[in-house]
Amino acid sequence: MSTKVSMTVNGRKVSADVEPRTLLVQYLREHLGLTGTHVGCDTSQCGCCNIHLNGEAIKSCTILAVQCEGANVTTIEGLASPDGELHPMQKAFWEHHGLQCGFCTPGMVMVACDIARRKPDADEQTIRHELEGNICRCTGYQHIVEAVHSGIQAMNQAKR
Amino acid sequence: MYAFNYHRPKSLDEAAGLVAKAEDGKLVAGGMTLLPSMKLRLASPSDLVDLSSVDGLKGITVSGKTVTIGAMTRHVDVHTSADVQKAIPALAALAGGIGDPSVRNRGTMGGSVANSDPAADYPSAVLGLGATVETNKRKIAADDFFKGLFETALEPGEIIKAIHYPVPDAAAYEKFPQPASGYAMVGAFVARFGKDVRVAITGAKDHVFRVPEMEKALAANFKADAIAGIKLSEDDMLSDIHCSADYRAHLVSVIAKRAVAKAGG
Repeated sequence: MSTKVSMTVNGRKVSADVEPRTLLVQYLREHLGLTGTHVGCDTSQCGCCNIHLNGEAIKSCTILAVQCEGANVTTIEGLASPDGELHPMQKAFWEHHGLQCGFCTPGMVMVACDIARRKPDADEQTIRHELEGNICRCTGYQHIVEAVHSGIQAMNQAKR
Repeated sequence: MYAFNYHRPKSLDEAAGLVAKAEDGKLVAGGMTLLPSMKLRLASPSDLVDLSSVDGLKGITVSGKTVTIGAMTRHVDVHTSADVQKAIPALAALAGGIGDPSVRNRGTMGGSVANSDPAADYPSAVLGLGATVETNKRKIAADDFFKGLFETALEPGEIIKAIHYPVPDAAAYEKFPQPASGYAMVGAFVARFGKDVRVAITGAKDHVFRVPEMEKALAANFKADAIAGIKLSEDDMLSDIHCSADYRAHLVSVIAKRAVAKAGG
């Protein structure tokens, strides 16, 4: 049995008939073709699948698509400007080499933007603590933390 | 996960009715435990009743010496609430230590308390503060609420509406977290109301419990040293790959002492 669900994803209104057991991440990847959101562990540990639901970072492997009825969803594909200009946090990850294999990166970037929203003054220790729900199997945390710190500052600048 | 029917009722009565009518209905709040359990096929409800659109289950109010928190209030909202931080800072701090930020953006207090995971944080605050659990049918004292492993006094179709926490004179929560999951291997919530003291321990046994001998010692002398000599039996402690029973028994004394010190004792 399928249920109709409608939401806004990266500014675009979408709707589909999905089985209630369809996870949001499955809906994003398999129905909408937005494969930037990754599935690392599928057990809400690794954080690769983080997206923004109504502006807050959540793990899209642990929410049903039908639970997002009417919601505003942003994925990693929705961060850059339409003309391709990278988001300041994406730029910071590039500049500081905040990735090795890149698998955890979409989740890291989405959570990093959430940290910037909640804690614009975050220092290194705060960033490390805030990233506890994101796992990098390459263990590239040093550069990730530097990237997040720099990205937060760039986002603060952009706000001024 | 297995297929199920999904419902999003607008009222508590409707939600209770849907659960009652279903072959094997389950309520879902934040879904931080239920959805992973369903993915692992440890749970396979015929019907999932989503409480997210039910009116009146969210929010925090302080009235006199009571903090009332709606069941669907998320951990992030309790953690960042200026009212909770002022009235019961230990509760705000506890909420900020659950899982990780993305989990706290979804997980709810009512979901955690209804689930009664042996290693969950919230049950220790409910029992340690002697809170009252208000459901769609009645009010249940914390001392009567937690019954066993994932077992509470809630009857089928009974839904938590809110939890009423008395404001203590001093309180603190301390936990020894499992480093990967953040769950408490042992957590202690200590609260002092005048001369009365309550000590609730989570993570150590199949469900949260009080420690009367510690409470008595602390009532006489609210200092960490007052309970230094109290060691619980390891007989009914949990034992797993993270932590053996005798180590958990040892941790109970250490973590309870730290909680007392944190509460100013």
